[in-house]
Amino acid sequence: MKIVVCIKQVPDTKGGVKFNPDGTLDRAAMLTIMNPDDKAGLEAALRLKEQYGAEVTVLTMGLPKADEVLREAMAMGADRGILVTDRVLGGADTWATSTTIAGAIRNLEYDLIITGRQAIDGDTAQVGPQIAEHLGLPVISYAQDIKIDGDSVIVQRQYEDRYHELKVKMPCLITALSELNQPRYMTPGGIFDAYEKEVTVWGRADLKDVDDSDLGLKGSPTKIAKASDKVRKGAGEKVVLDTDEAVAYLIGKFKEKHVI
Amino acid sequence: MGLEEFKGVFIFAQQVDGVLDGVAFELLGKGKDLAKDLNTDVTAVLVGSGIKGLADQLAEYGADKVIVVDDPELKEYRTEPYAHALASVINKYKPEIVLVGATAIGRDLGPTVSARVKTGLTADCTVLEIGDFPLNVSEGQEQSHNQLLMTRPAFGGNTIATIACPYNRPQMATVRPGVMQKIAPIAGAHANVEEFNPGFTPDNRYVEILNIVKAVKNTANIMDAKILVSGGRGVGSKENFKLLDDLAEVLGATVSCSRAVVENGWQPVDLQVGQTGKTVRPQIYFAIGISGAIQHVAGMEDSDLIVAINKDEDAPIFDVADYGLVGDLNKIVPALTAALKSEMGK
Repeated sequence: MKIVVCIKQVPDTKGGVKFNPDGTLDRAAMLTIMNPDDKAGLEAALRLKEQYGAEVTVLTMGLPKADEVLREAMAMGADRGILVTDRVLGGADTWATSTTIAGAIRNLEYDLIITGRQAIDGDTAQVGPQIAEHLGLPVISYAQDIKIDGDSVIVQRQYEDRYHELKVKMPCLITALSELNQPRYMTPGGIFDAYEKEVTVWGRADLKDVDDSDLGLKGSPTKIAKASDKVRKGAGEKVVLDTDEAVAYLIGKFKEKHVI
Repeated sequence: MGLEEFKGVFIFAQQVDGVLDGVAFELLGKGKDLAKDLNTDVTAVLVGSGIKGLADQLAEYGADKVIVVDDPELKEYRTEPYAHALASVINKYKPEIVLVGATAIGRDLGPTVSARVKTGLTADCTVLEIGDFPLNVSEGQEQSHNQLLMTRPAFGGNTIATIACPYNRPQMATVRPGVMQKIAPIAGAHANVEEFNPGFTPDNRYVEILNIVKAVKNTANIMDAKILVSGGRGVGSKENFKLLDDLAEVLGATVSCSRAVVENGWQPVDLQVGQTGKTVRPQIYFAIGISGAIQHVAGMEDSDLIVAINKDEDAPIFDVADYGLVGDLNKIVPALTAALKSEMGK
């Protein structure tokens, strides 16, 4: 079985964010991690590899430094890494990103493609289903459990108040929830090996069946009109009082506001 | 085909088991505003099996027209037949705007359909308005009018971006439940109902449903609550939520919580407020022992009145609270419960 896992290097949103003058994210200036949902997807792939035998390829699109998440994935147990990087791919929205990744995946053999449900920088949950759409594959989003049954997968697909147990023939694409599992740590031997291995680097010329007009900032249907730090409503009153006084203060305010 | 040939505001009226989701009514409320600004009307797209009867309810909440796609293949939500239904409606009727709820269904359907009809999709919008793109023009630059401007938080709520989709149609957005306001229903309102079936032929993309497992639910819907008493890590234990239950009981409120509480197993996930939980905007929100991480604040900052109780004077929750009490929740909460009991008994 051949599994392709799409992963993304994302800014650690706890560290604050920085922008380029055109309103797009200045990724080079921020601390980065492997996106949590993607890491769960990778873990799921590695477990399938252990259970059924599989070759696991990790693929990412990003700046040259996104090589780091591929090394991390290989240190966890992925067999090979592919970095899709090119200036002309920058500033892509989900349409252009999914078009690019689909163009890269068309070069590969696969039975199963796993992506994270969503990345913590954009939070859109769009790229996984859109890759499936470009490749004409069935998609199962929000997977909380994945099993293989012959030439099919059986997946628990989560909804707000239920889950559906779904079966579909491979090839297909699954988007993983971080609840799916607890990702393993890199092993010291794995880290050593990961830095010995080659990462395959692809550019625009390596994308298959993709038009230039569908790539990068220019090929993105959505355009940023403006971006800014969130303006929050100002703080109200803050009091440090004894318990009785604090309660009396609040009751007073509630009466003032006709809450009680 | 020119962009100007796309007309009208469409909303996806999500239903499950023949019951419309509240977000459908909220999208109709917002859709009506947008339609008014564009001098057009709002159409609900109702997809399912045996669901035509729901059209009247959509009319009561503001739909001028309802397009019904009714087919046995659409009994349960599955990506492919639903995406085929909505994409076919878009290709036939050519709306300029399509709004979808950012639910576990909508966040699968929206991206699939937008890729199929080749347009942009903006996720989890908090503000939708009609305006110009670019907002300001430099010399020699052309400005498009009557564009859908879609504002959304990103990067864990640290930033906010306004996005347009100026050269593709329809302009598509998803909106999280609880963000937009529904109108008061107009009893007996009538919509023009049209049935449309694009034909459904199962192929490799139709998944098979082996089993449907519904979660046993005995928890309240925190999005409907007028008052929420919300607890965080500072509450300390599952048992100690009793203090919050007592306060909630006096106020007729509902208990909710932060992500840390769910991770500790003190409360179920459907009570979680915040970016990975639910967006709420009750009349009063009590944040008790909640530090106020940005991901939590993103889900409750639009509450009318925010009361924070926390022993850490520097907790960021005080930056959004209207009234902040610095102190021990174990003392303040029971005292407040007792005081409210006596006040309300008067």
